[in-house]
Order: sequence, then structure tokens, then C-alpha cells
Amino acid sequence: MTDMRIVKAINQGLLDAMNEDSRVVVFGEDVAEPGGAFAVTRGLKARFPGRVFDTPISEQAITGAAVGAALSGLRPVVEIMFMDFITLAMDQLVNQAAKAHFMFGGQTSVPMVLRTPHGGTQNAGPQHSQCLEAWLAHVPGLIVVCPATPTDSYGLLRAAISNPNPVVFVENKALYGVKGDVPEPLSSVRIEIGKARIARAGRDVTIVTYGAMLYRSIEAATALALDGIEVEIIDLRTLQPWDKATVLESISRTHRAVIVHEAVTEFGVGAEIAATLADEGFDELDAPIVRVGAAFTPSPFSPMLEKAFLPQLPGVIAAVRKVLARGNHGQ
Amino acid sequence: MSCSGRAVTKGRKHQAAVSSEELLPLYERMLLIRETEGRLSELFNDGQVPGFIHLSIGQEATCVGVCAALTREDTIASTHRGHGHCLAKGVEPVGLFQEILGHAEGLCGGRGGSLHVADFSVGMLGANGIVGAGIPIALGSALAHKTLNSQRVAAAFFGDGALAEGVLYESLNLAALWKLPLLFVCENNGWSEFSPTSAAYVGHLGKLAESFGIPHHIVDGNNVEAVLTASRSDVELLRTGSGPAVIECMTLRVRGHYEGDPQKYRLAHRDRTVVDPLEFTRASMAALGITDSEIGDIHERVRKQVAAAATTALAGSAPHFDDALSGVYL
Repeated sequence: MTDMRIVKAINQGLLDAMNEDSRVVVFGEDVAEPGGAFAVTRGLKARFPGRVFDTPISEQAITGAAVGAALSGLRPVVEIMFMDFITLAMDQLVNQAAKAHFMFGGQTSVPMVLRTPHGGTQNAGPQHSQCLEAWLAHVPGLIVVCPATPTDSYGLLRAAISNPNPVVFVENKALYGVKGDVPEPLSSVRIEIGKARIARAGRDVTIVTYGAMLYRSIEAATALALDGIEVEIIDLRTLQPWDKATVLESISRTHRAVIVHEAVTEFGVGAEIAATLADEGFDELDAPIVRVGAAFTPSPFSPMLEKAFLPQLPGVIAAVRKVLARGNHGQ
Repeated sequence: MSCSGRAVTKGRKHQAAVSSEELLPLYERMLLIRETEGRLSELFNDGQVPGFIHLSIGQEATCVGVCAALTREDTIASTHRGHGHCLAKGVEPVGLFQEILGHAEGLCGGRGGSLHVADFSVGMLGANGIVGAGIPIALGSALAHKTLNSQRVAAAFFGDGALAEGVLYESLNLAALWKLPLLFVCENNGWSEFSPTSAAYVGHLGKLAESFGIPHHIVDGNNVEAVLTASRSDVELLRTGSGPAVIECMTLRVRGHYEGDPQKYRLAHRDRTVVDPLEFTRASMAALGITDSEIGDIHERVRKQVAAAATTALAGSAPHFDDALSGVYL
């Protein structure tokens, strides 16, 4: 095992994929010479000068070019610098990439990866902080992943690049610097798309989470453990298709569920999970499901406002205590 | 005919330089499109075509002229008015009919229909329900051709309605910046859905192209020889890696925006004057000494081909939803 930051794990994933498959090309705003706004693509241009391109600030053309390139024999990995800018690429992503395999009757597929960072804590304000993954998870034809650790970032990126479908690879700006152990050799690591990970085992309550809120959930579990409460944490890693089986199996043991994500709660990924648990897991549940997410406002700029907007540790702890206080075996 | 642009390339001949051996297949291909769409119109009026269709009757010279300059391996991205692009690129009529009828045997298994028909075996990357959306897809295809050193080129068809879409601007810039083998083909048919071009666009495609250093010419889009000759000279250049080119083909949308369009908006507007592309080519053929009986033979052959394709297609079967359900992801 060795220590690696998430930013390096993604960079290594791109490098290894380009080494192994000459069809992989990387393009986006400032990804080549400057090495990316968050340095994720640093050094790639020097290694593969003919396959790493800077683009103008043209999100629709970048994404459309990825679709066309994928339809014509390449495996493009494109970057949209902030997830907020995906609004400018939605036609190509939603109407073109997502539908080509289906609407052309399976003649073709669109093996592209669109990398984009979401998330707050940077005081980046309303147009550089949003977590919009639920929009994309709602579209048949798109795969959406959101890894939270260095190993998962590397392994899911490699799986995404070799996947024949369009994959939206959501990164978190606040997590780029997170360090973690990665196995050696890293190059053989692949994380299966659609497979969640039990990040912490526990018997009392299940927290279902992804992205940066994995770490908030771990903090909550550590604090609650002092009171003898054992929290199980599931890191979804893939949002579409999400790992229903692992979550249902967990609540069949804990009988209580809290869903935590950084995106606003309303109509979020958590709503889909809660609805599924209420349906398929109803007999297992001893308490209502509680969701924790950002407040229903645009992401505010001022540090005090942004802190209040984002889900914080006390909110996660309170949600766990709330579900434990309800139902047949409440404490 | 009013032109919304002017040629910025000098010294290129757009005069017809097409032999009679070449002209006959061009005529036959245009006729195939005309007859196919005529039959589709009948089927639509009979209530046998689900949804809606957009016909390119009167615009056949554009797609046939451009596609005759391309190889089977070259790629095109099409529009909502895409039947002509399909047939010009070599799609078999029967698969097109089947798709438009929504049958399981269709090119896309009945999941796409007229607006989303594609045939990747001939480099036809898809009709498109979104105006202008095929442009960056063709751009990406050209990027793949260049990166893979395949010597192929890509063509993006779009109407004058797409001139007002921002993605055209993005794509012109990117194609010029990366010197991509991409032919921008504007089929200027005078109408943006229910509005005349004059009410929708005050820009100038030629000047726009010029500002990016992209060669541009305007051709009579109803003269298949002119379209082919211009396309050929551009495609030749594209294959040398010199970067993109723009062709603006002046034509006229003879029918409504969609079949069944009452076109009341059209009463107040005077259309540009054009010669029907088939008539135009018949005159050229006569001048080359091609006899009426030879032309009659072509008509007979195409009529039979289209009738047979439609009959086969009408006997097709309904698709199964289970197949569709399992067809969202590969």
C-alpha cells in the first residue's frame, strides 16, 4: 500500500488508460498546457502531445465533439471545468450521448467519459459549487459515478473509460487533496460500475452516502460510537445504476436508514433511494427514512452562509439519533 | 434567388464539370429521394406513418451533390430533414421505410423514426431532432478521422435555421483552430420552421466563415453539378489537412415544415425563384444528348425500386418493448 491524493489517482488513471489504449484522447478547457484548473490533467500533454488538447470555452462543442469522436472510433475523456457549466452541454449529453445507443437501435454506442467537479466549501458561490448529479442520473442512457477515495477514483475512472456507454465521472473539488492508501500495483485496480462499498460496518443504522459526505458520515459514526451506536456506512460510488442490493441487504440488518449527500435534498439522489427503500425495503424498516442534504437555496458565496447551507456534522448526528428514536427498537 | 452570403474563395470554378456517365447516377439518386419521399407522403396521408415527417422534396441536389464527393467511409451528420441525406449516403430505401413506419426491421428497430434515423454502415451518423446538434457531432467525427490518420472527412448538414444556433459558432471556431477535415454544408432553403430566413437571421454565413479563415462558397443548391463540383474541390482540400470549408447551398423548401403543415404563414411571403433540381438536371442531360427513353428507363427502375421497398416495409412487424428496455445501455 502507498499513500496517494485523489487528484493524483485520477491523473494516474488517465495516464495509464492512454498508455494502454491509443484511442483514448483527453480534451477540455485548459487541460493540456495548463494541466487543468485543478491540475488533474497535469503532465498528460507532455506524454501524449497528439492526444491531449486544450479547447476554447465552448462546452457544447466540447461535449458534441466527444459524442462524434466516440461514434467514430475514439474513446474521448473530456473535462467540464465546473459541474455548473454542464448546463451548457446538456443537449449533447442528454439528447445525443445518452440516446444514441438506444435510438439508433443498438447500431452503435458512445464510449465517452465526461469528468466534472462538483461541490462546495470553496466559497465559489452560486455558479461554481452545485451538485447537479441527480439531473443526470434521471436520464436513461447515462452512467453517473461519484468516487470519494483515491482507490475508487482510479478504479472507477479506468472502468468508465473502458465502458462502452457515456459515463459522467463526478469529482469533488474539496476532495482532490484527500490522501488515502492505494494498493500496489494500482494499474490493475478496477472498481465495478454499479457496485457500492461498505465503508464502515455497523448494526444499528445504515447511512447511505457518496462523494464528500462520506467523510462527514465517518465523522458522525465516530462520534456516535462513543455512545455505543454502531453506524454502517455505504458509499454508493455509482449513482446510476446505484447498488440497490447492497443497500437493501444492509437495512435488512440495521432496519434504519439515513441518506446523506451534499446536493440539495429536494428531488435529489436521496429521494430515489428513499422511495426505493420505502417500497422494496418496507418490511425491513423500523423507522422512517431521514435525508440530509444542502438547504434548498442556491449555493451562497459568503463563508458563513455556505457553511449553513451545506450539511454539517451536527445535522448528520441528529438525523441518526432521530431514526434511532423512532420505531420498534428505538433507543 | 437571394443569397445570404458571398463566396470568399477566389479562383475556384463552380461550373459544371460532370460527365454524362456521372450525371445519370446523380439523377437517379435524386429521383430515388423524390420518389421515396413522395411515397412517404402518401403513406403519411393514409395514416400509416406515426408521428411526423419533414420532407426534403425540392432539395435533393444538395445532399446528392455533397455525398457524391464523399466515400462510403466518410461520415455525415444530418438534420430533422434527413431522408435525402440517408439515401444520398447510400442507405437502402427499405430500411429507411421500415424505420419511418416504426417497424422492428427498421434501421434503428423502430426506436428512432424519421427524426433519428441512422445507418452507421454507410457513415450516416444520424438525423437529429435538435436543430444544429449534428454540427459538433460531425466535428467530433472529423477529430476522430484526423487523430486516427484515416484520411476520412466528415460533413455536417444543417439548415439556415441553424445559423442562429450558438453551437455553429463554437464549431466553426474549433474546426478552424484544430484544422479538422470537416465540411460545413448549409442547406439554405429560405425557411426556419414557420418563419422566413429574413425574419430569423440578419447575419452572413460567408462573413462568419471568413472571420475564422474558413473558405466559403455559395452554390446553386438545385444544381447538382455545381454542388458536386464545389464539394469535390473542398473535400480534396480537406483530405490534405488544410482545415474545414463551408458550402452554402441555396435551395427552397417546397413543402411545409412538416407533412400536413397548413403553411398559412406562407401566404404573406414571396419565395425565392428556383428551378426544380430534377428538371434542371434533365435539361443538362438533354444537352449532353441523353435521350428521353434513357431517362424513362431510370424512372421506371426507381419507381419499381421504391414500390418494392415500400411494399416490403409495410409487411414489417411491430417491435417488442422488452428489446427496447434492454437496449438502453450496451
